[in-house]
Amino acid sequence: MTDIKKKASGPAAVATAPSSGIKDSISHIISDLGKNGIFLALIAVVVLFAVLTDGVLLRPQNISNLIVQNGYILILAIGMVLVIVAGHIDLSVGSVAAFVGAISGIFIRDLGFEWWMAIIASLLVGALVGAWQGFWIAYVGIPAFIVTLAGMLIFRGLALVVLGNSNIGSFPEGYRALGNGFLPSIFGDVELDPLTLIIGAAAVVGLTVGQLRTRHGRQKYGQEVEPLVWFVAKIVLVGLGIMYVAYNLASFKGIPLTLIILAVLVLIYGIISNRTVFGRHIYAIGGNRHAAELSGVKTKKVDFFIFVNMGILAALAGLVFTARLNLAGPKAGDGFELEAISAAFIGGAAVQGGIGTIAGAIIGGLIIGILNNGMSILGIGIDWQQAVKGFVLLLAVAFDVFNKRRAGGR
Amino acid sequence: MAKNILEMRSITKTFPGVKALADVTLEVARGEVHAICGENGAGKSTLMKVLSGVYPHGTYEGDIVFEDKTVAFRDIRDSEAEGIVIIHQELALSPYLSIAENIFLNNEVKGAFGLIDWNKTNQEAAKLLARVGLRENPTTKIMDIGVGKQQLVEIAKALSKRVKLLILDEPTAALNDEDSDHLLDLILHLKGQGITSIIISHKLNEIKKIADSVTVIRDGKAIETIAKEDVTEDRIIKDMVGRDLEHRYPDHTPTIGDEILRVENWTAHHPQDSTRVMVDNVNLHVRKGEIVGIAGLMGAGRTEFAMSLFGRSYGTRISGKVFKNGEEIKTRTVTEAIDNGLAYATEDRKQYGLNLIEDIKRNISMASLDKLTKSGLVSDNEEFKVANEYRKSMNIKAPSVLSKTGKLSGGNQQKVVLSKWIYSDPDVLILDEPTRGIDVGAKYEIYTIINRLANEGKGIIVISSELPELLGICDRIYALSEGRITGELPIAEANPESLLKLMTMEKPR
Repeated sequence: MTDIKKKASGPAAVATAPSSGIKDSISHIISDLGKNGIFLALIAVVVLFAVLTDGVLLRPQNISNLIVQNGYILILAIGMVLVIVAGHIDLSVGSVAAFVGAISGIFIRDLGFEWWMAIIASLLVGALVGAWQGFWIAYVGIPAFIVTLAGMLIFRGLALVVLGNSNIGSFPEGYRALGNGFLPSIFGDVELDPLTLIIGAAAVVGLTVGQLRTRHGRQKYGQEVEPLVWFVAKIVLVGLGIMYVAYNLASFKGIPLTLIILAVLVLIYGIISNRTVFGRHIYAIGGNRHAAELSGVKTKKVDFFIFVNMGILAALAGLVFTARLNLAGPKAGDGFELEAISAAFIGGAAVQGGIGTIAGAIIGGLIIGILNNGMSILGIGIDWQQAVKGFVLLLAVAFDVFNKRRAGGR
Repeated sequence: MAKNILEMRSITKTFPGVKALADVTLEVARGEVHAICGENGAGKSTLMKVLSGVYPHGTYEGDIVFEDKTVAFRDIRDSEAEGIVIIHQELALSPYLSIAENIFLNNEVKGAFGLIDWNKTNQEAAKLLARVGLRENPTTKIMDIGVGKQQLVEIAKALSKRVKLLILDEPTAALNDEDSDHLLDLILHLKGQGITSIIISHKLNEIKKIADSVTVIRDGKAIETIAKEDVTEDRIIKDMVGRDLEHRYPDHTPTIGDEILRVENWTAHHPQDSTRVMVDNVNLHVRKGEIVGIAGLMGAGRTEFAMSLFGRSYGTRISGKVFKNGEEIKTRTVTEAIDNGLAYATEDRKQYGLNLIEDIKRNISMASLDKLTKSGLVSDNEEFKVANEYRKSMNIKAPSVLSKTGKLSGGNQQKVVLSKWIYSDPDVLILDEPTRGIDVGAKYEIYTIINRLANEGKGIIVISSELPELLGICDRIYALSEGRITGELPIAEANPESLLKLMTMEKPR
């Protein structure tokens, strides 16, 4: 009955009065939990494997490994979620990563590029690859599935051509740092690296300040905000998570450069997807392409640049992977596309487009990463790992569909 | 046999937090055409979904008695087995299959070894098509026939299921007058063959024409059932909105200024067949504060004209000139058109107007994100504020601007579309079927908004298939036929007869 009353009392009441009372808080928290189901799933997976592996999962070295081993998948997932939100798909990213890794090897070994020049040039190659695919998708109108399926074959083939059926190894140190490097311990060799802890603390402070400012802004404009208790609880929870990771990294080798790259990307792409016109247009196109077009969105241009962006990120992932192995091989990046796509979908992206977040994709990627890592520690073979990951993907999307159907009401 | 073929007794249906139907009783006499009217969201569709088993027995309270026995449908197959067939507003035909294939979809005519007997299928289909008066080859693909004919195919399909009670949900919403008339005649014809129909409709004149009785539903309650002889439009409207609606169109005294938009020699060709002229040398103008109507039958090129003008969103080989305040402007892309002060609110808001999975706020800001952007970043808060202002000024009924537009009623969706375009601050608004599929109360609100915009000095072009609407709100009306302007009438000289004459004027051959 109360629900009906609330509806009847009209919009004004909801917009102005910040909801009070325990009942409201609880209902808010429940709906929030529903929305953040994926976050809970991450926590559940962490706890599950922490227990199953007798804590090995959360050992400092393993946490560091987890980040570095999954860095390239997460980088791909960031680009992939934008592709998926716009209603496309990209099957070529694994091949592109291999191709660019190989090209970077050529730049360094055969052309004698400095490592930083090689990185920049490789990213440019990635952009060109993206432009090539974007051209066919956006301006010729061939479905992305076909274009990138072709790209998957083309760039895998070109990677083999470039490498001439051999590997390129021993990259310069600057390049290798992309995948293996850590922030230098400027405080000397101590048990707990202070720099890592400081950066961790700074991240928590930054997060808190940012969240507080958003909340204040919303309140100033009369928007509904979540109950204060819940708001604080969430920040404390996430803050503790960050500090826990920071503590563990500090007691190992410090912050991996891959993590820095990732953090910067998440920040930038979070802003791009939410706060820029380009990002808004991606969601508009995914939600209803015709309506977006008739609202003045240049859909072709947006499509084109989504793929240019994906090309650059695929190149970056290729570099990080090559750097980590210190080897550019023809088999590199095999199956990356499927992991990145899975990450985006587990993270709540909609197959039809229009829905998906960077944060979701990252969490989805982390879940896959922890599954990989946890099962490896347990000595579960690659065969079962594959099967389990398949199940998880199916379950995650099924859960999402179920959730939406329930929320859809009539 | 009892007099009533159907009795729905005290039906109550609750969704979480909302009582969609409260103690609704509906009695439909055998062999009658029974109309159900009500505003959008009143509960008409819910009632029909209860009846047809979309909401299975047990999810609602009350009894359904069909043909003298209490029924408990688990799904739509159950109700179809009893002879209750519902034809939804959005037709459920597969465009790539033939008429015959569609008719017998999931009800295939089988021959030897359980294989489909295509000859018999087509033969049976032809018989059914003859019954609904559709002269098409059964092997024609659905996508090659118009909406009006598709509607007839749906009815043929219902006949193939030996329908006893045919439910039509807004069957004429997407049809032109000619097709509507044909359909209504067919319903009467079927009545002659003993088929009972329930027709859900917004169009009061057609209800008057064919219904034997009318049940009005408001806010999930059955208000009353009116017998044919007592039906008047005023009574139905009063029941629907719960108050007297003295005037269906708000009073408006125009203040008309200088010419704001002039289109000269506008011509556009069919996108697939560039030899086919769809818009033929159109000349028209709009003045400040003026509401100009474009009347035309389905296929006259009204939407084609508007969309080709608005950033060449339709057609190929487009030529002609556009002048705003006497100066020539270009409208080659949508962005260019918007920048030059044009806005076009589409006739099909679900397909072309709204991002239904997105909230009200982001739909309103869609065409004007630049206004909310400071140093490259879109301000969420500013956006919220703007959207809230529109929610209030346009009276958009929603819990908040964060509600998804897909969950709003047609009228509220249309208000969101209008808000989007008003926020883009245009000088000329082209409104294509601004009240299609909207209930009476919301229509009035939309008209009021249109008047307000005109009073602000904007030029308004209204495209509509409802002549009373054009006559009710416009200051001047152009008639369009076969892509040509066949005449222009000031409101004082316009009436349905004079307009229809112009609208049906054929090209001299």
